Amino acid sequence: MSLWSRIVNAARGDRLSREIDEEVQAHLEEAVVEGRDPVEASRAFGSVLRYREESRDVRLVAWLDSLRADAVFGWRQLMKRKVTSAAAILSLALAIGACTGAFRLIDALLLRPLPVADPQHLYVLTRQAFFDGRIQSFDGWAYPSFRLMRAAVKGQAELMAVSYAQRIDLTYKSDAEMEKAEVQYVSGWMFGAFGLRPAAGRLLTEDDDLKPHAHPYAVLSYDYWKRRFGQDPRAVGRTFRMGDDLYQIVGVGPAPFTGTETGTVTDVFVPATMHPGAVHDDWTWHRTLARLKPGVAVEPVRAKLNATSRAFEEERAKGFTGMSKQDIEAFLGQTLVMEPAAAGASSLQSDYHVSLIALGVLVALVLLIACANVANLMTAQAASRAREMALRVSIGAGRRRLVQLVLVESAILAFLAGALGGLFAWWSAPFVVRMINPLDNPARLSLPADWRVLGFGLALTLGVMLLFGLTPALRASAVKPASALKGGEDPHTRRGMMHALIAAQVAFCFLVLFVAGLFAATFDRLSHRPIGFSAERLLLLQTVAQRDEIPAFWDQAAEHLRTVPGVAAVALAGWPLLDGNDWDGLVSVNGAPPGPILAYFLAVSPGWVDTMKIPFIEGGDFRPPDTWPGVAIVNETFAKQFFKGESAIGQSFAKNGEPPCKIVGVVRDAPYRNVREAILPTVYVPIRRIDGHGVLQLMRGATFVVRTSRANPMALASILRREVPRARPEFRVSNVRTQAELVRAQTMRERLLAMLGLFFAGVALLLAGIGLYGVLDYSVLQRRREIGIRMAIGAQAGSIARLVTVEVFTMVLVGALAGLGLGMASVRYIEALLYQVKPADPAMLAVPMLTILAAALLAALPAVFHAVRIDPAAMLRSE
Amino acid sequence: MPKTDSLQGSIDLLVLKILSRRPQLHGYAIMSAIKDWSGDVLRAEEGSLYPALHRMEEAGWIRAEWILKDTGRRARIYELTGAGKKQLAAEESRWQAVTSAVNRVLRTV
Repeated sequence: MSLWSRIVNAARGDRLSREIDEEVQAHLEEAVVEGRDPVEASRAFGSVLRYREESRDVRLVAWLDSLRADAVFGWRQLMKRKVTSAAAILSLALAIGACTGAFRLIDALLLRPLPVADPQHLYVLTRQAFFDGRIQSFDGWAYPSFRLMRAAVKGQAELMAVSYAQRIDLTYKSDAEMEKAEVQYVSGWMFGAFGLRPAAGRLLTEDDDLKPHAHPYAVLSYDYWKRRFGQDPRAVGRTFRMGDDLYQIVGVGPAPFTGTETGTVTDVFVPATMHPGAVHDDWTWHRTLARLKPGVAVEPVRAKLNATSRAFEEERAKGFTGMSKQDIEAFLGQTLVMEPAAAGASSLQSDYHVSLIALGVLVALVLLIACANVANLMTAQAASRAREMALRVSIGAGRRRLVQLVLVESAILAFLAGALGGLFAWWSAPFVVRMINPLDNPARLSLPADWRVLGFGLALTLGVMLLFGLTPALRASAVKPASALKGGEDPHTRRGMMHALIAAQVAFCFLVLFVAGLFAATFDRLSHRPIGFSAERLLLLQTVAQRDEIPAFWDQAAEHLRTVPGVAAVALAGWPLLDGNDWDGLVSVNGAPPGPILAYFLAVSPGWVDTMKIPFIEGGDFRPPDTWPGVAIVNETFAKQFFKGESAIGQSFAKNGEPPCKIVGVVRDAPYRNVREAILPTVYVPIRRIDGHGVLQLMRGATFVVRTSRANPMALASILRREVPRARPEFRVSNVRTQAELVRAQTMRERLLAMLGLFFAGVALLLAGIGLYGVLDYSVLQRRREIGIRMAIGAQAGSIARLVTVEVFTMVLVGALAGLGLGMASVRYIEALLYQVKPADPAMLAVPMLTILAAALLAALPAVFHAVRIDPAAMLRSE
Repeated sequence: MPKTDSLQGSIDLLVLKILSRRPQLHGYAIMSAIKDWSGDVLRAEEGSLYPALHRMEEAGWIRAEWILKDTGRRARIYELTGAGKKQLAAEESRWQAVTSAVNRVLRTV
């Protein structure tokens, strides 16, 4: 018989006992058949029970058998109290699921190493400087600087240029089939340095990345190859057009590698030197990754890179004009920092890093609250089972066996909850990722449910089990049979622990409520911030031409769109407000050197201001022939900043390095790049642009801003998409969005935090309320004799109510105060996520405090009713 | 002679030996065989045979099978396995070694 059969036998112990009994029975019958006296035979046999136990122990795994017995017993105990067990399991499942879900997200975004060789040797280079009173970090680099740095640390580290992933239009056949793909410009040697092997064709090498604009080769990611080409090997060798260049696909990357931009799945890799910025000293367009050679220390490499970068910038600063010495000093004062980038480097990481960890902490707190509840439940049950335990000890059960008995019950709870929680996590993590980006560029985070997640879930479940099960188990096993069987030990010892747990629950609950309140207030402030234009009914058609076209063609297309039924107004802009693009520069007024204040610029056509419904304060719109440089419309902040109360109309200013131009209009402020930052001076300039010789510039792309007469602008999207090429066949709409979408996207993170924060605050409050109710109810049950006696000798209902609640309410207050302390201490970690919300604001503190007190009162009512309804006569008679 | 102790240490050997001569015996028959062949000298509490049988079964020396007897009742019969034959040889030689050693001591003292 193998170990397996012993395990199987343990699972069917009853059947085993029956078999052994049958064999013994056969023995005795045989004896009778032989003519022996049945009484004599059975005496000669000895103790049937003893031999049966001996045989059983031989034929099965004894500890497994006892575990099975305990599991059956534990299950029966749980089934006896279906409602409480279900509540405990559901609350734990929700909390475990939320924690596992949060872990999945944090792991996928921040922890999981890239599928490359030795990811632990990978670093990302950033520059940090002290600007605007805080440390800011910049991860963009200029390619010429990168080349110098790479040469400087050759032999110690390999540097790689990796552009931010961009959604770029490319065409495989005709321009009619333009499509978007995530394109990343990368150093050709990156694939080799990462130890990657092609799935088809070849990967880029150093030879593909030597001279600017000389190597139009591309490698597809496996994911894109599968999606776009159905893994067709003939895709290798095909060409596509991107901008003015024809690229040839030379190969496909390995399946697991989706680029270094965690949160974006790169579709197409092209050599860094193909980027138009590769030859510019002042285009910072790529990240720099460094892969240290084995055994090389970080600091010397960092120092060398820092010196090289600084030397490059010093050289460049010599060409700066119109910047004060101070500004140049500050600019050069940046230090280069190397941060580990085993998990890749992406903007999704920097945007959601703190948010995800904050959410993780919130759900962990909810889990602790749920654990405290279940621990109290188990303690109460252990108390009511004290006699049973005492009896077990008296008839010889060992302490270990008792601990096992109670722990097995906890384990059943924990594992049921863990399984349910796993389902919840399976559903919730992708749900959150979907919420992160509802626009045309959804975050794509691979969320594998592998051993890392499974291991975390299991460890969490085990940890939870020990957390809520161990103390009650140890307490149960420490029962003193003599006193327990006599009628109960001192009940106050148990209540002490329960009260401590209540205080902890309230403290955590306060913290969750407080932080959720801050998130909700932030979202509220941001979404109610006036944006200065009307985002409703605005459709944005991002349009590109096959080649540069004269502005008249663009006007012609706009004119055509105006004739489409349902269109109220059409204007052109370089890009829409709030889509993340920007064009900025320093401004000099009346011939003075430019000040230190940055201004934003946006190219727009006549009629754009009206289409956006931005009110004019002074002056008026451009006329159709107006050009830049020449005239400009500025916002209120610009006028205040540079003309201090004087009328700005007719004044002139110049963008650094450009000829001066005259202000013809002043409009109300509207946020340019995002709604969180303070409004900067903003200049709207004519989209028709002339160069130094007065020659009108051609245009490659622009966005048609269309105001529709109906409420849902998207209803016109497909019609307008068709109408643009009908107006001018060389034009293609590459992307359609609504302005309202862009506005909503601004508060995406805040909406997510507020929504999840409030949800978990609700859960925390509910759980803490249930916990409080349970403990109060239990203490009334325990003290019913005492209460009965007090009532019998004339205590009033009020004093009884006070008696049963005073201790617990002290704990609630203690907990709330502790939570307040925790909240104030933790707030600086989430400050970056808040907007115009003061954590120390009395309202921010009072709301969670009052909510908790109200919940506590509500939770206390049933127990108080229960206590004052005790009938002393009946109570004392029953004792 | 105290009957409970007389089989201590030798029951495995006896059971294996008996089953090597006469396969497919049930517990009662094995016990009777021990009693008969030892001239009623070796005996123990009859029930103690069963844990020993189950232990040997667990060790893989013997295997058991339920059969239906003529009376219509089930009986559990045992027979030697390959491992059991090897074990028997080992136990026998060990027994020989021990008894001859004990005999030598008895002779010399």
